[in-house]
Amino acid sequence: MSKPTSLFVIFFSLFVMSEAVFEDQVGKFDWRQQYVGKTLFAHFDSHSQSSKKLFLATDKNIFASFNSRTGELFWRHVDKAGPEGTIDILLLHGQDALMVVGGGRLLRSWDTNMGGLNWEAVLDTGSFQAACFVAMQDTVKHVAVLKKAGTVRHWFSYLVYSGGEEEVYVLGVVPNSHLTIIAYSLEDGEIIKQRSVEAPWLSSVESSCVVVGHGVLMCVDTATLALYALPIQAEEAPQFNQILLQSLDLEVSPGFQPVLVSSQPHPARSPISEFFLQLGPDHHVLLQLNADGYTIAPLRDFQPAFLVSFSTTGEKTVAAVMTPKNETSDVFPPQLYVHAFLKKDDSVGYRVLVQTQDHALTFIQQPGRVVWTREEALADVVTMEMVDLPLTGTQAELEGEFGKKADGLFPMVLKRLSSQVILLQAWLAHLWKLFYEARKPHGQVKNEVTIETLSRDEFNLQKMMVMVTASGKLFGIDSKSGSILWKHYLENVQPNAVFKLIVQRTTAHFPHPPQCTLLIKDKDTGLASLHVFNPIFGRKSHIAPPALPRPILQSLLLPVIDQDYAKVLLLVDDQYKVTAFPSTKNVLQQLQEMASSIFFYLIRSDQGNLSGFRLRKDLSTERIWEVVLPTEVQKIVAVNGKRPNEHVHSQGRVMGDRSVLYKYLNPNLLAVVTESTDAHPERAFVGVFLVDGVTGRIIHEAVQRKARGPVHFVHSENWVVYEYWNTKSRRNEFSVLELFEGTELYNSTVFSSLDRPHLPQVLQQTYIFPSPITTMEATLTEKGITSRHLLVGLPSGAILSLPKMFLDPRRPEVVTEHSREENLIPYAPEMPIRTEWFINYNQTVARVKGIYTAPSGLESTCLVVAYGLDIYQTRVYPSKQFDVLKDDYDYVLISSVLFALFFATMISKRLAQVKLLNRAWR
Amino acid sequence: MASVSRSFLLLSIIPTILILCADFACCNTGRKTGDGLDTDFSGFSVPLEHSFEVDDVSRFRMRGALQLRGGRETSVSLSQSQLSEEDRNNLKEVAAVDGLYKIRVPRVSLTDRQTERQMDGYLTAFVRACSLVESHLSDVITLHTDVSGYLIGVSIVTIPGACRGTEVEDEVDLEAFNTTLTIIPPTNAPQPETALFIERMDIEHEKRGKPQEQKSFFAKYWMYIVPLVLFLMMSGAQDQSGVGAANGGGR
Repeated sequence: MSKPTSLFVIFFSLFVMSEAVFEDQVGKFDWRQQYVGKTLFAHFDSHSQSSKKLFLATDKNIFASFNSRTGELFWRHVDKAGPEGTIDILLLHGQDALMVVGGGRLLRSWDTNMGGLNWEAVLDTGSFQAACFVAMQDTVKHVAVLKKAGTVRHWFSYLVYSGGEEEVYVLGVVPNSHLTIIAYSLEDGEIIKQRSVEAPWLSSVESSCVVVGHGVLMCVDTATLALYALPIQAEEAPQFNQILLQSLDLEVSPGFQPVLVSSQPHPARSPISEFFLQLGPDHHVLLQLNADGYTIAPLRDFQPAFLVSFSTTGEKTVAAVMTPKNETSDVFPPQLYVHAFLKKDDSVGYRVLVQTQDHALTFIQQPGRVVWTREEALADVVTMEMVDLPLTGTQAELEGEFGKKADGLFPMVLKRLSSQVILLQAWLAHLWKLFYEARKPHGQVKNEVTIETLSRDEFNLQKMMVMVTASGKLFGIDSKSGSILWKHYLENVQPNAVFKLIVQRTTAHFPHPPQCTLLIKDKDTGLASLHVFNPIFGRKSHIAPPALPRPILQSLLLPVIDQDYAKVLLLVDDQYKVTAFPSTKNVLQQLQEMASSIFFYLIRSDQGNLSGFRLRKDLSTERIWEVVLPTEVQKIVAVNGKRPNEHVHSQGRVMGDRSVLYKYLNPNLLAVVTESTDAHPERAFVGVFLVDGVTGRIIHEAVQRKARGPVHFVHSENWVVYEYWNTKSRRNEFSVLELFEGTELYNSTVFSSLDRPHLPQVLQQTYIFPSPITTMEATLTEKGITSRHLLVGLPSGAILSLPKMFLDPRRPEVVTEHSREENLIPYAPEMPIRTEWFINYNQTVARVKGIYTAPSGLESTCLVVAYGLDIYQTRVYPSKQFDVLKDDYDYVLISSVLFALFFATMISKRLAQVKLLNRAWR
Repeated sequence: MASVSRSFLLLSIIPTILILCADFACCNTGRKTGDGLDTDFSGFSVPLEHSFEVDDVSRFRMRGALQLRGGRETSVSLSQSQLSEEDRNNLKEVAAVDGLYKIRVPRVSLTDRQTERQMDGYLTAFVRACSLVESHLSDVITLHTDVSGYLIGVSIVTIPGACRGTEVEDEVDLEAFNTTLTIIPPTNAPQPETALFIERMDIEHEKRGKPQEQKSFFAKYWMYIVPLVLFLMMSGAQDQSGVGAANGGGR
């Protein structure tokens, strides 16, 4: 008892029982999928013939190894995000994988067998330009890294070349002037010779030149339509030798920049003399440099051919050409990696790895068979929604019976009978299936989820996860198994697009299919487009979305539904005109009727301006309020309303003295978080504004002094929880704001922002949190009876389920009778992190970016999806599974006790009868 | 403002119920018309404008003048004139069609004296015209400032706030505003209460720990143990002697 903290930890454990997973529950209702991102460099392990390893370096700064038979991850190294961890180049030789990291900051060598780091060297400062292996007498000993240091050299593009001799050549070009060739000695790095060649047509050596044959630099020029050859190692003053494309009977597609592709199979030997010239988007020519080093012979013409690549095994080299099967192929593959190997009969076999534009990675084996595909677009999920699965046919039939309008007594009876016959049939079919499967060996029974067998389960625990990725690919994932059920690639999505996914119609309106709308907005121009689809099957809806010629400022989903039960989506453009979708006559009429009660807000964070608008009958708008936060003082960093599907079961909190403290439950409340423009640690602050979105009234304005972001916050029920960095104490802190109306409700029947004159009471408390966080979300349940937890994503990849009970501004400083009655935990400044609160035990989610919560059909259960680099799905039970019998519930005992009691009553009844009879005879 | 800031500190130290701290500066009934705008204190005045139109197109007119005084002690007062006959009728008409009554104040800074106080733009707020009429023009106008004294928002509510559709017959009720005017600076959010917590823990620690640690088991109960031991020793000796005596007797 020497430390106060230990005392308190023991104290708390009396209140909050542990809720970790048991060992046998691992993987029962949770799953994790690991991704790596878009491939930048790929190598096949050619070390041994039977090797099944693939090495990838990706744009997410990850170096990973895959099993080439199954596509599973062997190991993965996640480096720092951002430019500090960028992989500049990956070179593979034998069992060494060499990597230049962080713009030429570090040179690393990895052991490809185990994935361990062999060594790491810090390189001299300068930006990375090029690197290659340098070999001497058939052994690779050195790696040459070219970096740009300072401003001495005014070259703009570089090429490093080594042909197996004791010299390394660096080619630098001064655009449209000349090319410089410098030879360095391998032994001491001294410059041996330096020459300059006139090349006024050359602008970039990287993009238009390759080395072919015995050290011949081959360049292509668009202006003159000619190839230029230059022997690098020539002793006397070298000259470019011009070969006109016309003389080879070749023609470049108009407006296309020709590209050369060559291959150097081994660093100790010179590149092969065959090379590809790309003449058009789908036109490649295989050329050969003759032995004299000046003349070129065309070997073969490939058209159509999108991608070409070389691969060498032993003495044989394979040129791989990828041709599209059908012209409409929308996923144009931008990268192709080929691995050739010698088969036992000395013929050449090959394996191909294709990286397509939608970030899918496909592995193909020799006869053109796709072995596996990895959807690496899922490494960058932007937003997601969970949609209920549809009912089965029989369930839907029953629903339909109640849904339709009554048409007389007799038809209703008939309908009831027919639906019961259908139910009976389904039950029999189910029994038959059970019987049939029971006869089969256990292993053969497959429980695969397909799009046809999808149906809602008893407690609605299985849902469809609709995920939107940054590359513009949409996925439909089964939440139970994690299998991808549908995918849809949206073309022409700008890389800086912002997505908003809206569920317009849920599955509840049979026979109308569910409907989701994805709003895709270009961040720069603000122009938006809509993609309307069925979230269960991924098919594009036949409903034509409205044309949106003007930039969109705001979108809002109204509770108004059209005759097909689709919620109405309002889009506000930059002239404050409103477009409704769907915009049927019925909808427009409803909108006109309701116009005066439809309010919305717009926020321009660059001007610090918050303004409110009201809809007019003609669908124009009127500005009704304006709040301006001067940008010289603070800037708006985040605005968050409440989730529309949130339910609050309890209107107030019963206090120790049996009076009720009513919650201030304003559905229109916005939490606006600002950060000061002054970054000085003493003067920096974080502002939290609670603004009513209808009236623009500032309900509360709090300033957290000596604080700065990044601020993460959750706004729910009557509370706001935010986390910030305390610049004075240098720690992360959590603060909670709770709003109460007081002990009396102003108007208990209905809440209106327009009629709530009294400001709520605001309580606030702050705690120290011993870890930085990356994201935060609150659990959500069907009816809101279950207590709430905060799900906190930590940088370590763990997801912490923190009871809201700990974040309660009414935690007393001094324990009193009343506070004990209320079950309030006494105030402690430090928030505990307990390892059993990690809902993902050892399944860490790398770079967690967002957490999505959805209610299930069970009140106790909340579905959780954490996404970032990985995707992790699980369920949480904030108040335990109070509505579910445990897995190990003793049915036998309870039923035997019941039966025993039943028989005991029967027997005792009989005995009593006999006794009564005997007494009567007496 | 010195006393106010002290009370602020106190409030933040004792985070019981953080009552929304507002500076009740002045409540002008508005019945005294014709008050000079330039009174004795060194404040400055900004116009308070209002607009109520049947067609909901904003046409702002002068309602009164806000006397603002910045510096350490921010205060605000309002001088406003009565509604004219025409305005009263207009307001009633707007209320009948459920129109809005809007007010606006220019964006100003209360503290910045050197540079230009006024920035472009206005802060706007609204209330339903019918609730204003039904409350007999009793409204509460709140001005919000940020940390550096800029006005960032204005809000208007009426008490009572509901529109029940009751007719206001008496014209006198709609002549003058009964305005409550407040200016609210931002609340300081509390810091984690480490000092108080440690103090409390120490006290608890002292209470519980001291007597236990100082007195050992023996020290605590020596008065029972010593007599017991003595008694045992004595009785043992007596026993032995008794046995000896018995033996002796046997011989």
